[in-house]
Amino acid sequence: MNGAEILIDALKKEGVNTIFGYPGGVVIPIFDVLYSTPDIRFVLTRHEQGATHAADGYSRSTGKVGVCLVTSGPGATNTITGIATAKLDSSPLVVISGQVHTSNIGSDAFQETDMIGLTRSICKHNYLVKDVHDLAKTIKEAFYIAKSGRPGPVSIDLPVNVQNAKVKNYTYPETIDLPGYKPVLEGNTLQIEKLARAIEQAKKPLLYTGGGIIAANATDSLLALLDKTQIPIVVTLMGLGSVPYDHPCYLGMPGMHGTIAANKALMECDLLIAVGVRFDDRVTGPPHLFANQATIAHIDIDPAEIGKNVKTHLPVVGDAKYVLEELYRHVKPRLPDAWNERTTYWKKQYPLTYRKSKDGLISPQSVIDKLNDFVGPETLVVTDVGQHQMWAAMYYHHQKPRHFLSSGGLGTMGFGLPAAIGASIGNPQKPVVCISGDGSIQMNIQELATCSINHLPIKILIINNTYLGMVRQWQDLFWNKKYSQVCLKQGPTCPPDCTGDPKTCPFEYIPDFVKVAEAYNIKGLRASTPEEVIPVLKEGIETQGPVLMEFMVSREENVFPMVSAGKPLSDIMTGDKP
Amino acid sequence: MKEKHTIIVTVINSPGVLARISGLLYQRGFNIESAIAAPTEDPKIYKVILVVEESDEYIEQIVKQLNKLIDTIRVVDISHKDNYIVREYIILKLDIQQKNRTDLLELSKQFNAHVIDISIDHIIIELSGNPQKIDRFIELVRPFGIKEYVRSGEFAMAEYQKSKKGEKNGS
Ligand SMILES: Cc1cc2nc3c(=O)[nH]c(=O)nc-3n(C[C@H](O)[C@H](O)[C@H](O)COP(=O)(O)OP(=O)(O)OC[C@H]3O[C@@H](n4cnc5c(N)ncnc54)[C@H](O)[C@@H]3O)c2cc1C
Ligand SMILES: Cc1ncc(C[n+]2csc(CCOP(=O)(O)OP(=O)(O)O)c2C)c(N)n1
Repeated sequence: MNGAEILIDALKKEGVNTIFGYPGGVVIPIFDVLYSTPDIRFVLTRHEQGATHAADGYSRSTGKVGVCLVTSGPGATNTITGIATAKLDSSPLVVISGQVHTSNIGSDAFQETDMIGLTRSICKHNYLVKDVHDLAKTIKEAFYIAKSGRPGPVSIDLPVNVQNAKVKNYTYPETIDLPGYKPVLEGNTLQIEKLARAIEQAKKPLLYTGGGIIAANATDSLLALLDKTQIPIVVTLMGLGSVPYDHPCYLGMPGMHGTIAANKALMECDLLIAVGVRFDDRVTGPPHLFANQATIAHIDIDPAEIGKNVKTHLPVVGDAKYVLEELYRHVKPRLPDAWNERTTYWKKQYPLTYRKSKDGLISPQSVIDKLNDFVGPETLVVTDVGQHQMWAAMYYHHQKPRHFLSSGGLGTMGFGLPAAIGASIGNPQKPVVCISGDGSIQMNIQELATCSINHLPIKILIINNTYLGMVRQWQDLFWNKKYSQVCLKQGPTCPPDCTGDPKTCPFEYIPDFVKVAEAYNIKGLRASTPEEVIPVLKEGIETQGPVLMEFMVSREENVFPMVSAGKPLSDIMTGDKP
Repeated sequence: MKEKHTIIVTVINSPGVLARISGLLYQRGFNIESAIAAPTEDPKIYKVILVVEESDEYIEQIVKQLNKLIDTIRVVDISHKDNYIVREYIILKLDIQQKNRTDLLELSKQFNAHVIDISIDHIIIELSGNPQKIDRFIELVRPFGIKEYVRSGEFAMAEYQKSKKGEKNGS
């Protein structure tokens, strides 16, 4: 067997049946093996960034490790954004890149880049395999590292001569020997008992949970704990879906664009039980002012997260599922009390609302709001990055874990469409909706081809405000409305001080997304007025196969509530109400 | 408050492990004052000894982040531990006038330093000992005219496990 055959065999042993990627000179030996490997589906994207996000979307939606295969040099560098995106959201990937012949490494050979150096700070671990005898062991380790503990991307750089090198006796290793890597899963019992006592004593306990619940597949354990204790709960962007949107304890998402109820609860609680969250600055604001009335307990599998941003009083290192189940055993039942009443009151008093548009265009929030009527709990919703992402987070009725996929940590525009492709391929029986912006969709629009050719029934919603809306919102609120380079209609003849009155703008939007869709043999629909929203959604969702729906929305709608960057969570801007 | 910490990182001797450590420290904004890496009695294991000047909470993060590296087996901050032997090595080159020579040689003798090379106008001396001793020696020979010196950076090893009966070892 040669290295390429070993690689493919090893992938099969790891249960891989789908690979996303793109070929090139130094990986031809691997593609040669794939040519006659029918039990692995290779999804040829149109860009390596697309392949990495697709593998990521596949991984987030299925819980399996996503696999990506690309060539050296430009192929490898094109995966960088995808790897960093997966790293910041703790998504398990194995990214295999070709490399030049080992004897040419370091000589600036054709299509040589130092992939190890490039990925060092954006992956969980990386390997350059110089000896074919290390290959099988490396693959085994890579998959184990990617999916265990705190998941993350692992990069493997594979020189062409290693792919071609022959091995006489190949066996796939059964065990792993990584003396430096032993994730702790079982949280300390004494600490868990302490936490149970703290919950009993607290007057205003609050759960703050996130992506770690999903990574640990701990939704059921969390819901059981809620059942037993009725503790009000806030869920981060990365955790959405782990608690159903209509759960009585659920107060919404916390943070910059969190609900008023969630942020008020954070500021007032006396015990904060943080589980599988990393106290991101989008959530906390200034760390010393975050939940500053509370004793803070933090359950996380990664010891380095504990105390990293916010001082923790009661740390528990362990797997969320394990710890929540232990906590469930130790904690006494708790009934709804005055604190529950208070938080529920906030929820009722300050619901998420939006105004009807005054300009004849569609109000962007209404698109998401109405989408709820056309899709069910099985639907996977994948977003891009910007205002539409926040509206999707706020107005979509999240019901299940791994059903809302979004780039939270890196905030990568261009994630949406390829991630939706990966999600659709991983879940062929489920409907997939991609909610994107007119800016974001253009960052990986070439993947419409992948979507079309593979007959993936993805429904793409473009919320077109003709702006890089989220940046425009900041310029609007904090930079005196100086709209610098955020209008996607802007050309050389535009007045520099244009603030975007659609009535005076003579330009058409480029491109015509409906025509773009049609060019890719995808059905394209456009809603230009509020009346058209429901018919377009209905037709789009009911049509078989991929559909692109463009919604022409009010250009200057802002996302509220909002807490400005650097302000405490008590400092909530609500915008003007209907 | 920033304070000097000596951290021993025991790692698997894998390619690029030093780059991983230095890259990590740089990426997280930690400054390294000195770093040495050397093989150990086990060819699979390397020890990296870092001296970092940071506050306690930063050090806690450094230790945790270093621990997170897959190749890291153990990380110990020995700064507040007294059961470690810490040593450093230095080579100094001094410009030296004939008349000062005996004074310098006498001083070196006191410190157990060795003369490696000597000529009409310069002298090269080596010395090993705990870092404070090295610091003191540098201060004392400075007036003679230091031309250049190189320090090895700190390295350290745990003492034999002793019964914990108040035995202190300051150095
Ligand atoms: C434009 C924009 C605006 C945003 N605004 C907001 C906002 O208003 N509110 C908001 O919440 N987010 C917002 N985000 C997202 C934000 O940037 C962060 O991505 C998000 O808050 C992080 O979520 P998390 O804390 O759940 O951590 P994740 O990034 O999901 O990290 C998971 C944590 O769980 C731990 N973990 C992993 N596996 C396990 C396990 N098995 N057991 C236990 N622990 C485990 C990990 O170690 C880590 O600490 C925004 C993003 C963008 C792009
Ligand atoms: C790759 C990348 N480049 C730049 C940004 C900065 N950025 C954040 S949101 C945003 C605007 C997104 O515009 P659009 O996709 O149209 O969505 P909208 O905010 O209008 O809903 C930009 C430019 C980013 N997050 N990602």
